[in-house]
Amino acid sequence: MAYIVSPNPHIHAAVSTKKLMLDVIIALCPAAIVSFLFYGLSEIAIMAFSVASCVVLEWAITKYMLKRPSSTGDLSAIVTGMLLAMNLPPTCPLWVVFIGAVVAIAIAKMTFGGIGQNIWNPALVGRVFLLVSFPTYMTDWTVPAGFISSVDAFSGATLLGQVPILGALEADKLVSLQTLFHNVGGSAGEISALALLAGWVYLLVRKVIKPWITLSIFATVALVALVFHAVDPAQYTGPLFNLLTGGVILGACFMATDYVTSPMGTWGGVIYGIGIGFIVMMIRYFGSYPEGMSFAILLMNTAVPLLDMKFHHRKYGRK
Amino acid sequence: MSKITFAIGGVHPDDAKLARGCAIEVLPLPETMYVSMAQHLGAPAKPIVEVGDKVKTGQVIAEPGGFISAFVHSPASGTVKSIGPRKDLAGNPVTHIEIAVEGDEWVEGVDLSDTLVTEIPEDRAAILDKIKACGVVGLGGATFPTHVKLNPAPGSVAECLILNGAECEPYLTSDYRIMLERTKEIIVGAAIMQKVLGGCRTVIGIEENKPEAIEAMRKALTELPYSIEVLPLKKKYPQGGEKQLIQAVMHREVGSGGLPISVGAVVQNVATSLAVYEAVQKNKPLITNTLTITGNCLPVEKMHNYLFRIGMPLSYIAEYAGGVPEGAGKLISGGPMMGRAIANLDAATVKGSSSILYLTAESTRRGQESLCIRCGRCADACPMGLEPFLLRKLYFAGDVEGLEANAAQDCIECGCCLFSCPAYIPLLDHVRQAKGMAMAAIRARAAKK
Amino acid sequence: MDSIVIWTIVILAGLGLVLALMLFFIAKKFKVEEDPRIELVEKTLPGANCGGCGYAGCHAFADTAVKAADLSAHFCPVGGNDVMKQVAAILGIEMVEKAPQVAVVRCNGTCAVRPKINVYDGAASCRVKAALYSGDTGCAFGCLGCGDCVAVCEFGALSMNPETGLPVVDDAKCVACGKCVAACPKKLIELRAKGPRGMREFVSCRNTDKGPAAKKACGNACIGCGICVKTCTHEAITLENNLAYIDPAKCKLCRECEAMCPTGAIHGVNFPKPLDREGIKGRVAARKKEVSNE
Repeated sequence: MAYIVSPNPHIHAAVSTKKLMLDVIIALCPAAIVSFLFYGLSEIAIMAFSVASCVVLEWAITKYMLKRPSSTGDLSAIVTGMLLAMNLPPTCPLWVVFIGAVVAIAIAKMTFGGIGQNIWNPALVGRVFLLVSFPTYMTDWTVPAGFISSVDAFSGATLLGQVPILGALEADKLVSLQTLFHNVGGSAGEISALALLAGWVYLLVRKVIKPWITLSIFATVALVALVFHAVDPAQYTGPLFNLLTGGVILGACFMATDYVTSPMGTWGGVIYGIGIGFIVMMIRYFGSYPEGMSFAILLMNTAVPLLDMKFHHRKYGRK
Repeated sequence: MSKITFAIGGVHPDDAKLARGCAIEVLPLPETMYVSMAQHLGAPAKPIVEVGDKVKTGQVIAEPGGFISAFVHSPASGTVKSIGPRKDLAGNPVTHIEIAVEGDEWVEGVDLSDTLVTEIPEDRAAILDKIKACGVVGLGGATFPTHVKLNPAPGSVAECLILNGAECEPYLTSDYRIMLERTKEIIVGAAIMQKVLGGCRTVIGIEENKPEAIEAMRKALTELPYSIEVLPLKKKYPQGGEKQLIQAVMHREVGSGGLPISVGAVVQNVATSLAVYEAVQKNKPLITNTLTITGNCLPVEKMHNYLFRIGMPLSYIAEYAGGVPEGAGKLISGGPMMGRAIANLDAATVKGSSSILYLTAESTRRGQESLCIRCGRCADACPMGLEPFLLRKLYFAGDVEGLEANAAQDCIECGCCLFSCPAYIPLLDHVRQAKGMAMAAIRARAAKK
Repeated sequence: MDSIVIWTIVILAGLGLVLALMLFFIAKKFKVEEDPRIELVEKTLPGANCGGCGYAGCHAFADTAVKAADLSAHFCPVGGNDVMKQVAAILGIEMVEKAPQVAVVRCNGTCAVRPKINVYDGAASCRVKAALYSGDTGCAFGCLGCGDCVAVCEFGALSMNPETGLPVVDDAKCVACGKCVAACPKKLIELRAKGPRGMREFVSCRNTDKGPAAKKACGNACIGCGICVKTCTHEAITLENNLAYIDPAKCKLCRECEAMCPTGAIHGVNFPKPLDREGIKGRVAARKKEVSNE
């Protein structure tokens, strides 16, 4: 009988990339289901198409270009597909979705060598590419017919898009407790802050991610908004408005916490979160884009190697 | 729930102490035993017997080969059949003394009775000499000669003696069993060491998944006149690591490359304490130890805790226990986190042997390695606060300076990194090599000075 | 509009001129005086930066070679004698010709003759495996098969043969830089003289176990029987620790040892004709008879 011989350890925590990704998928489900309810079949189609495109693209690239065993089994392509769909408006044409998937998987992920190697969050690169290339499709916030109709539906602009039209004071009033449950008008995935937060809590409970990055983003956004709002409420929108709109929750819970493109240490993560929160508020208050979450995350993604170099884990016996 | 634990990292494997209910049984002597000359840390021992010599049980058959080395004694009476290389459990040749067992006739002056001797000799030097002469080494895994550890360099003061009863490795129950069955002997052993170290604070750290052992210790302490406390520890691996235990108990950290005594700590395993008791009070050399036969492909009724003679072949013990079970895919000597896979079951047991662990192939085979997803779990799990993913990269780049700067030399090889890696990257395999590189660089620099 | 264009051109051109002048003067002022022969030597070298010469790359080689009194400590294994002749010419000093060398793997424990006795499940690295245990076969001296040598070779001269589980050296690509020699934890790879037309004879085994143990572990092991030593008429073979070694300097490539070896541990490569085992055995037997008759 030939027994196995290997160095220690001889047992494993039975955690795998696949299981972690499956947890992320589960965590995204509440928000996805809510978006299906509000936006109906067209959103289901976008989601299905986006996921399918990402998986097929990754499979094809590993097989025909990289000539190595397929990595689609780790489910990360599904996560990218879901996040991409959730970051697009519910009216987005499928061919635009496909271009987004190509940019996300082929350019942002596989060019760097696949999972773990990319510098920027693939889904966000896809989204930003589409935002810059197809602004008309990407800012068409018409609400398609869903299974649940929405009374206070805006069409034409998101809540953040309302700020220049209505002014900060009026815009602030649009945010109420109701926004927590459904915030119609915006990317498909961010319709319900509550559903997103439920998913985030699930990830925390399952110990898939740690809360520090998300919390530091929330805190920074709230703090910056608080200060500016206190200075001039007519010019700058308040903390609650900024937390609940423009993808801050979706970004902070699911995009900024992406393992690959976030710092590994706790303190690095906190700095990274503060950076994201600060940049997004600067873009919103002083930039030409109304949202800015995608740009903020991508910019801070770029700083991750630097943060990882600077912030190490506390070592035993070394002060 | 005890909150006392180390501060950095750690993992929570299923403790699987399946053999905890099995009382210690004494193994009969085999026909032949092979005594290894390299069963302690440091220089191998030098044989002082010759082929054809008659030896008695407990007779010195090899003497220390250096300052850090230990005496080795015959585990039975009989004839020295051969002295030469024999394969150890890794298949590498090591000098062994082969003894054809003819009986169990002990050398003079050994107290073989069960009576508990609580009176501790006064002379510190005499105690140390006895520990040395009886070949006592640390039985927690590192097998560092105990007399060296108990005799700190002048200038360093022992402030706390920590008795390590954590037994944080899953499956192993030998320490647990001796804590239950040899409670008082262990405590007397601890008191002896406490005396040698100048009467410092003495604690027995036991993980709280062994409440019976904690209870037994506490009860025995009320009946004995020593000032020793029992400290329940949180169940977390590697609680029994020397540096981790010091951090948990004393809130101090041993500096890189430093010895525990540099922060006033001395850590001894409970099994070592028992050996010290037998050496000092009974004049009995270290020729026995306790070993667990367990695993996840063995029914509980086939599990055992054995008192074995050091030098019995592992295969003999396995056979006696009923043979290697059908479903075994990997045989391990030691725990599943830090133990060594047995490549050669014919190898002889050594002083530090603590188990034969049978794991099924499914439960132990490593998963397919994939790319690092930068989840940081290895760094979060590392009890030394190292970043295994980074060390591995530096190792592949051959960056010795980087390895040193990132403390590769501090790795304790506990296996937490690979245990928690979702991509099944053989982190420890590479980090161990990286550690070797960093240590070699440090040694080379020290030699230059 | 026109003036903007003109001004732009003027300013850019001016800027360019100023910067160029600055660069020129800085280059003049801070010029590092370097022996011009260093550059010449470096250009002659193959530029592989493999470190096979023992220096940290081709520049370091050139730098030290220029300063050296003779070239005894300098030999570029990649460029060989031709390149070294040119280097010697540039420096105007004598060079010592070296016989071209090649890496030779001294283990012939193929999967077929050396059965696996356990399954290795650690990192695919010979170094890691060797640190763990003696290996997954009965032979503690043989090739571990994880290909550390293949991984370090910068010239693509080594590859693993999946059938035998052993590395194969491509003579044409091997430059004898010695990286694989250092990478092998079992010290199986030796740099040997390439031999006339690549012909060479060597003991493809490092097992120092006693005969029966070696034989049990591997069918191709050297069992230390000493037949080769007795057969060799050129005193080229020595036997130490149950292991024979053929000195390439003394070997006359008669292949008698190879034919007489009972296990197949002795290996001849690049010979034009296949080994005539029976013929040689007859010849050796006849010679022995003659000797005993005398």
